[in-house]
Amino acid sequence: MSDTTHPQPATGPPAPAEPVVTAEVAAQHGMTAEEFDRMRAMLGRDPTFTELGIFSVQWSEHCSYKSSRVHLKRLPTRGPQVIEGPGENAGVVDIGDGLCAVFKIESHNHPSFVEPHQGAATGVGGILRDIFTMGARPIAVLDSLRFGPIGEGSGVPAAVTARNRRILDGVIGGISFYGNCFGVPTVGGEIRFERGYSGNPLVNVLALGIARRDGLFLAKARGDGNPVVYVGARTGRDGIHGASLLASAEFSEQSQQKRPNVQVADPFMEKLLLEACLEAMASGAVLGIQDMGAAGLTCSTSEMAAHGGTGIEIDLRLVPRRESGMTPYEIMLSESQERMLLVCDRGREAELTGIFRKWGLEAMEIGRVTGDGLMRVLDGGRTVAEIPARPLCDEGPVYARPIAPPAPAASERLAEFGLEGETLTPALERVLASPDVASKRWVWEQYDHMVRTNTVVGPGRGDAAVLRVKETGRGLALSTDGNGRWCRLDPFTGAMHAVAEAARNVAASGARPMAATNCLNFGNPEKPGVMWQFSRAIDGIAEACNALRTPITGGNVSFYNETLGEPIDPTPVIGILGLLDDASAALGMSFRAEGHRIVLLDGAGPDGSGAVDRGRLAREFSSSEYARTVLELASGAPPAIDLAAENRLIDGLVALASARLAVSAHDLSDGGLAVALAECSFGTEGLASQVECSGNLPVEAALFDERGARALVTVEAARLARLLELAAQYGIAAYVLGRVGRGDFRLAYNGHEAVRAPVARLEDLWSNAIERVLTASLPVAG
Amino acid sequence: MKFGVVVFPGSNCDHDAHHAIGKILDQPVDFIWHQSENLDGLDAVVLPGGFSYGDYLRTGAIARFSPVMRAVERFARRGGLVLGICNGFQILLEAGLLPGAMLRNRGLRFVCRHVWVRVETAATPFTAAARPGQVLRIPIAHSDGNYTADPETLAELERDERIVFRYVTPDGRRDESANPNGSAADVAGIVNREGNVLGLMPHPERAVEALMGSTDGLVIFRSMVQSLIRQPQVTA
Repeated sequence: MSDTTHPQPATGPPAPAEPVVTAEVAAQHGMTAEEFDRMRAMLGRDPTFTELGIFSVQWSEHCSYKSSRVHLKRLPTRGPQVIEGPGENAGVVDIGDGLCAVFKIESHNHPSFVEPHQGAATGVGGILRDIFTMGARPIAVLDSLRFGPIGEGSGVPAAVTARNRRILDGVIGGISFYGNCFGVPTVGGEIRFERGYSGNPLVNVLALGIARRDGLFLAKARGDGNPVVYVGARTGRDGIHGASLLASAEFSEQSQQKRPNVQVADPFMEKLLLEACLEAMASGAVLGIQDMGAAGLTCSTSEMAAHGGTGIEIDLRLVPRRESGMTPYEIMLSESQERMLLVCDRGREAELTGIFRKWGLEAMEIGRVTGDGLMRVLDGGRTVAEIPARPLCDEGPVYARPIAPPAPAASERLAEFGLEGETLTPALERVLASPDVASKRWVWEQYDHMVRTNTVVGPGRGDAAVLRVKETGRGLALSTDGNGRWCRLDPFTGAMHAVAEAARNVAASGARPMAATNCLNFGNPEKPGVMWQFSRAIDGIAEACNALRTPITGGNVSFYNETLGEPIDPTPVIGILGLLDDASAALGMSFRAEGHRIVLLDGAGPDGSGAVDRGRLAREFSSSEYARTVLELASGAPPAIDLAAENRLIDGLVALASARLAVSAHDLSDGGLAVALAECSFGTEGLASQVECSGNLPVEAALFDERGARALVTVEAARLARLLELAAQYGIAAYVLGRVGRGDFRLAYNGHEAVRAPVARLEDLWSNAIERVLTASLPVAG
Repeated sequence: MKFGVVVFPGSNCDHDAHHAIGKILDQPVDFIWHQSENLDGLDAVVLPGGFSYGDYLRTGAIARFSPVMRAVERFARRGGLVLGICNGFQILLEAGLLPGAMLRNRGLRFVCRHVWVRVETAATPFTAAARPGQVLRIPIAHSDGNYTADPETLAELERDERIVFRYVTPDGRRDESANPNGSAADVAGIVNREGNVLGLMPHPERAVEALMGSTDGLVIFRSMVQSLIRQPQVTA
C-alpha cells in the first residue's frame, strides 16, 4: 500500500478524536503482544483505533478459529453429494431434482447465559440468516441445548437449580419467540442436564433450508465499481463485542453485567429481510450477499472482499443508524441484528431498492467494490481504516496450542450388578423420569413445529425429524446428538458416539445419512487439557464421519465455555442430514397396532453377544443413564464403538423402511432396551410392549446397557419372516422379542418378569417429568 | 370460483393456505398484497396465520389498518366469504368484523399441538359439508387464543348458533382439560351475524394431508367450495 492512502489522524469534522493505540489498549481488546506485532506488520504502520477494533474482532477466537484451525483440517469434508463444504455460510448438499439442502449448526452459548431470552433468540436469527444468505428458504430448525440440573435432589444448591430453571425458561422462550414469528418450524433437537453446564448453558441451533442448485449465492464481492448495499435493520450500539468477544473469553462473576453486549432480536424484521432477500436474489440484481453476524460490518465487508479477491470501500456516514453520535469504531463493531450486505449489479440499484421498499426495508448504497484488495472505511472524507482484506481474513494468527492428556483418574467407584430375580420397575420409572430421558413435550409444544406444512415426523415422534420436500415428495431427516458425559470420560469414543447416534437416528427414520454439521463446545483452549479433549474429539468425529460416509459440511467451534475456571464437559454436537426418496416412507417410533412383532436389530451381527468381559461391562455401564440416575455414578468409560456394526445397522434400517417392512423404528440409546421399549409403547393409546428376552448379561445391563448399533423395529406378523430375511442379508442379528399387546408393559429376562407396570403410569412419569420439576405441583398418576 | 390469500408483512401461513387451496383442493388461488384494495374477481378471502406487523402492539392491531382490510370489509359487507385463521381471526376481531377479543393463553405460553374441535353447526358456508357434532383433529399454534367477550355477546353468539367450533375431548365432550388456552365457552371459532365471516384459532390448512397427520381441515375448505358453487358470489 502507498503512504498517501494512510488513514489520517482524527482531524476531520464532528467525530471525536480516537484513542491512541498502544500495546496496552490492544491487550484490553484481547490481543496478545504477538498479535499486536502481526497487525502492525500487516499494516506497515500503527493501526488507528477503528482498525484495532476491526483486527481484534476478526482475529478473535470466535471469528478466526485460531486455536481450532489446525485440528479442523483433519475432518473429512468431501463427497460426491457435497456442493459446498466448510468455509461458506452453510454447507450445501445435493438432494436431487436440481435442489439442494443448505444446513449448518452454530452456537450462541455465551450470550444465552448472560441474557437467556435474547441470547437464544438471536442465536436462531443468526443461523437463519446464514441459510437464506445462500439463497435458501429455511424449512426447519433444531436446537441442541445443555443446562445445569433443574431439580432438587441433584446435589446442586437450590439457588443454582433455580437459576438453571430461569435460564431454561428464558432460552426456550427466546427460541420459541423467534422461530414462531419468523415462520420456521422448530422440529427437534435434544436437551441434556449436567452439573457442568450450570454456569455455562449450551445453545446450539441447527437450521435447514432448500435452494435451487442454480440459485445458490456465495459471499463474494464481484465487479470493480459495483455498489455495496446495506439492507435491513439500522445499526445501533447493541451487541458491540457481542458474539465475537463474549465468546472468546471465560466467564467471571461479573459476566452477567455484560448484558448490554447481547444483541436484541427482531424476528419480524428478519422475516421481512428473508422475503426481500429471496425476491432480490431471484431478480438477478444481486451478485453477492453476506449477512452481518458476529462482528457485523467488519466481517461482512472484509470477508466478501477476501472471498471475491477484490477490495471494498464503504462510507460510514451512509450507514443507517438508530442512534446519533456513534463512532466509526462502534459502527464497525456493532452486532445489531437482522442486517445484510450485498453487492448489486451496477445499473440495477433502483430495482433492488424497489424490492426492499416493497417489504418496508431500507436499502442504502454505502460503498463500492474496488480492485485494490483493500477494505477501506471512510467516515465522510476521512479514512478511518484501510486494511488489506485477504490477509486480514486469511493470514490471521493460527495456534497449535499445547496439548496434554489428563492425569489418569484415581480409582473410581464402578457399577455393581446383582438384581437378578428382583423387580426393576422402580428403576425404569426413575430413568424414564430423569430430565435427560423424559419427554421434552413441555419444550416443543412452545415451538411452532408445523408451520410450512412439511413436518412428517415432528418432535417426540421419532428418532429424527423428517420434513417433506414439497417440490419432489422426497424427505429430509435431521438429528442432533452429543453426550458430554461420555466425552468427558473419553473424548475420542464419545465423539464417535455422537456421530453414530445421529446417523442411527436418521436411519431409524428411514433416511440414508448423507452429510454432517458440527458444533464443538469446549472450555478454554489455552489449557492443554482442554485442547487435548478437543483434538481427541476431532479425531473421533473424523473417524466416524469417514466410516459412516457423512462428511462435515460446516459448523462452528465454541471455546471458553468456562465459568470461574470450571470448564463444561467437552460437548461436540453432531447434526446429521439424511435423505428419503419418498417422505411417506418415514418411520416414527411409536407402536402402530396390536399383534405387530417387536424385533431387536443388532448391527454387531449374530456373533455380537459372545462371552462377557465383566470388568469391561462394569466400566461401560458406569457411564450409562441408569448408572447416573439409579446408582448416582458417572464414571468408567463410554461403551466401545463398532463403526462397521453401525454401518450395517444403518444400511439395514434404510432398507427395511424403503421396503416398507418395518412400520416403526427406534434406536437404543439413553436407558437402553428398557427405555426404548417404553418409549415405543407411548404415543398410541392402549398399546404396550410385552416381551421376553434372554442372555448372559446381568439383568441391569441387559435392560439398560447403552451399547450402540442396535434398534427396535416392529413389523406385521405376516411379514416377519421377510423382515428377518432382509436383516440377515445385511449381516444384522434380529431377535424377535415379543409382540405389541394391550394392558401392562411387561419385560421378562431369562424367564423372570423384571418389569411390569401400566403403560399410562410410565407414560405419565416420562411425559410430565419436566413440567413436574418446573412447577413442582403436578401429582403423579397411577 | 377464486380464492385470495392475503399477505401481510409477517404473515407466515400464507404459503400453507395457498398450498392447501391450490394444490390439495385444486382451486384457483392468488396471493393478495396487504397494500392492495382490489379484491375483484374473488369469491373467498383467507386471512392467514402469522405475526402480521410482528404483532408488536397487540395481535392484529396494526394489520386492521392496512389498505387491504378496507377492501375486506367491503367484500364482507357484500357477502363474500372471509376465513380468518389464527392471526387472521385476531385481525377480524380487531377490525370489528367479529365480536370479542383475544387474551394471552391461560398458561401464558405459546402452544402448538393437535386439538379436537367440535362442529357446533353445519348451517354456515364453512361447515356445510360437515355434520353437526363432528369432531375434527386440527392443530393450534398461538400465544393469544384465549377468546373473551362480554356476557351479552357470548349469550348472543350462543343463542344465534354463531359459535361454530368448540374445543372438546377426542370423543367430543366439553371439558376444561380439552380447552388449550382458556377460551370463554370453549370457543375455537365464531361466525358473524350474516354467516359469511368466520374466525378460528386452529389451522385447517395444516390438516389437509394424511402425511401431515390429519385431513380433518379439508371439510372446512370443501364446505366453502360447495357453498360457492351453490351460491356464486356477486363480485364488486
